[in-house]
Amino acid sequence: METNIEIVKPPITNVGVIGWIRENLFSSPLNTVLTIIIASILWFSVIPFLQWALIDSYWLPDSNCKETNGACWSIITSNYKVILFGFYPQNILWRPITAIIMLVSLLIISRNRNWWNAYLGYSWLAGLIIMGVLLKGGILGLEAVDIEKWGGIILTLLLSVFGLTAAYPLGILLALGRQSEMPVIKTFCVFYIELIRGVPLISLLFMSSVVFPLFLPEGMSINAILRAQVAIIMFTAAYIAEVVRGGLQGMNKGQFEAADSLGLNYTQTMRLIILPQALKIVIPPSVSILISAFKDTSLVVIIGLYDLLKTTQSTLSDPKWMGFSAEAYIFIALIYFICCFFMSNYSRKLEKELDTGL
Amino acid sequence: MSKAINNNTENISFWYDPDKRSVMYQIGAACLFVFVAWYLVSNTMTNLEKQSIATGFGFLNTEAAFEIGESIIEYSAADRYMRALWVGFLNTLLVSFIGIILTVILGTFLGIARLSKNWLINKCAAVYIELFQDIPILLQLFFWYAFFYETLPSPRDAVNPFSGLFLCNRGLIFGIPQSHPVYKYMAIALIFAVIIIFFMKKWAKKRQDLTGKTFPVFYTSITLIIGLPFVCWLIGGAPTEMSIPVLKGFNFKGGMSISPEFAALLLGLVLYTAAFVAEVVRAGIQSVNRGQTEAAKAVGLKSGQVLNLIILPQALRVIIPPLTSQMLNLTKNSSLAVAIGYPDFVSVAGTAINQTGQAIEGVMLIMVVYLIFSLSTSVFMNWYNKKMAIVER
Repeated sequence: METNIEIVKPPITNVGVIGWIRENLFSSPLNTVLTIIIASILWFSVIPFLQWALIDSYWLPDSNCKETNGACWSIITSNYKVILFGFYPQNILWRPITAIIMLVSLLIISRNRNWWNAYLGYSWLAGLIIMGVLLKGGILGLEAVDIEKWGGIILTLLLSVFGLTAAYPLGILLALGRQSEMPVIKTFCVFYIELIRGVPLISLLFMSSVVFPLFLPEGMSINAILRAQVAIIMFTAAYIAEVVRGGLQGMNKGQFEAADSLGLNYTQTMRLIILPQALKIVIPPSVSILISAFKDTSLVVIIGLYDLLKTTQSTLSDPKWMGFSAEAYIFIALIYFICCFFMSNYSRKLEKELDTGL
Repeated sequence: MSKAINNNTENISFWYDPDKRSVMYQIGAACLFVFVAWYLVSNTMTNLEKQSIATGFGFLNTEAAFEIGESIIEYSAADRYMRALWVGFLNTLLVSFIGIILTVILGTFLGIARLSKNWLINKCAAVYIELFQDIPILLQLFFWYAFFYETLPSPRDAVNPFSGLFLCNRGLIFGIPQSHPVYKYMAIALIFAVIIIFFMKKWAKKRQDLTGKTFPVFYTSITLIIGLPFVCWLIGGAPTEMSIPVLKGFNFKGGMSISPEFAALLLGLVLYTAAFVAEVVRAGIQSVNRGQTEAAKAVGLKSGQVLNLIILPQALRVIIPPLTSQMLNLTKNSSLAVAIGYPDFVSVAGTAINQTGQAIEGVMLIMVVYLIFSLSTSVFMNWYNKKMAIVER
């Protein structure tokens, strides 16, 4: 009996490359039509784009771009120092570069959750201080650089990283205040959070640039970068507060009761029991907030600060490079994209890891 | 409960009584708030006096003395600030309204494409969503604005693909029907048709509930929406005269034009927000269990009915709340118009601040306007959630 069984292979059209193509691209008449339409659109847009960007393009610094129909990447190769670092003195660029490498390596180390411990916290603290010293100078024989001269990617990173670091504790306090049983404090927090979340960031930046100086006593002034930083912190804190509130509301009531029965007071309950669990739940949405904070720092262009976008525009206003906006904007779009892409990928990965199916 | 404890243990000290403590904290917070507010206000008053800047909203009634590039109502530099701000407000509403409609359409397509079984469509949508989400909206606006300004020709060499449509760096200019009283009646007929459809739907549902007979609501609606205005147009004498743009001097006269600022703002906002809406739509569709579709087919519903009666009502419940927040985001992001020179509310208010120096009032106006938007959105959300909660079993 058994010898009669013949092993029939599946038809060639159902497996392998052909099978995959049939299954995924031409499974029905409608799909076939759509595939052909999309493929031809891609063919007629991607090929000319590649021709423009790679083949007909000029790459060397200071080449005469008016001669070619292709992209003029020499705008980047000639001006990358200004675009990336603004007015930072060009002879000591090793300092911001080292600082950025430090930041990136700290971020890469922090990707691995197994390494999250107190030492990592200390190394972040030490790293941030060293980065600050490197950028600011003034001690250890380093030439001092005014904060006003910080520009380009340094300013973008300063505003977003420092903004989020400072906004997080504030956001947690606001979230706790909103959950509080004291009506006065609750009202303040709700009012603040809803007010900030209801208005665009640009109105806060306007406030920091034109209204805030009026608030200060006579003779006192704070520089524009710091004022914008305060506005970004205030703005981000309100969003973090809402995210953290989500985590707090997700906590089981039993956790509070158990803490009470152990005789812990409010501070201890929050610090030892509730926040460690609640903050873990909200890590992925916090990364999303970091992404939007990073993107939102570009708005400081409107109040005239020299972040990555503004330094690019100042390059474009040079008569020699006028008319090559596409190349310049694509370059910084790439920088933003790479940063945000890694962050959002990371947040998705965390979401999967932290999802315990509950 | 804490009172009961108090009575039993009288030796509890004043500072350790939770009730009294909480009152103390609150009084402390309120005092701190009042003190900080008083300090800031007094500083501001001294500063304003020193710089001799006026206070109050009196400036709204003075002459604005600046031109506004585009406006949907009549406006000139001789008008008052009130009118100028109103123009800005209407411009914000216009760009947000059109933007929201286009975003929802594009976002829905992308969300469905993201779930497509066709590998190519699926991946294209995924790349689009990732790409447009990860580039700051302001950068996208600058890019489109520069694109319109640098690649499009001057009005003299305008691209003219067919008669009555010109594309140049002054924007997109196209012919529109010459104004005629019949168009007003056509608009009224359209509104009338919508009202009829609303009641017809109610009636059809009631009849179906009572008798089980169905009524072709969809086809009747389409006939009414197209038919009523068309009949109106025929009765009005079927005017076909067009207002065609013509090049006069350096610019076009006649027709209607979409400025590059408006086009760049709209394009940037729509492309950016659609990427987020696509994720919302995808999540909404995925939230409906497969069994729902299978069950609906098992009871004999047609695929259109499955979508209309089973999938959409459930998916929309998940989609609508984040969708409204995306719409609100679009409205808030439209404030970036100030960076590319489209006269929205923030841009007009910014000019007013520069001219009068009354920064506090100006920023306050901006905040109030956007708070009105977000408060009305949250009122809508509460209403919607309540309505949905009743349906839920």
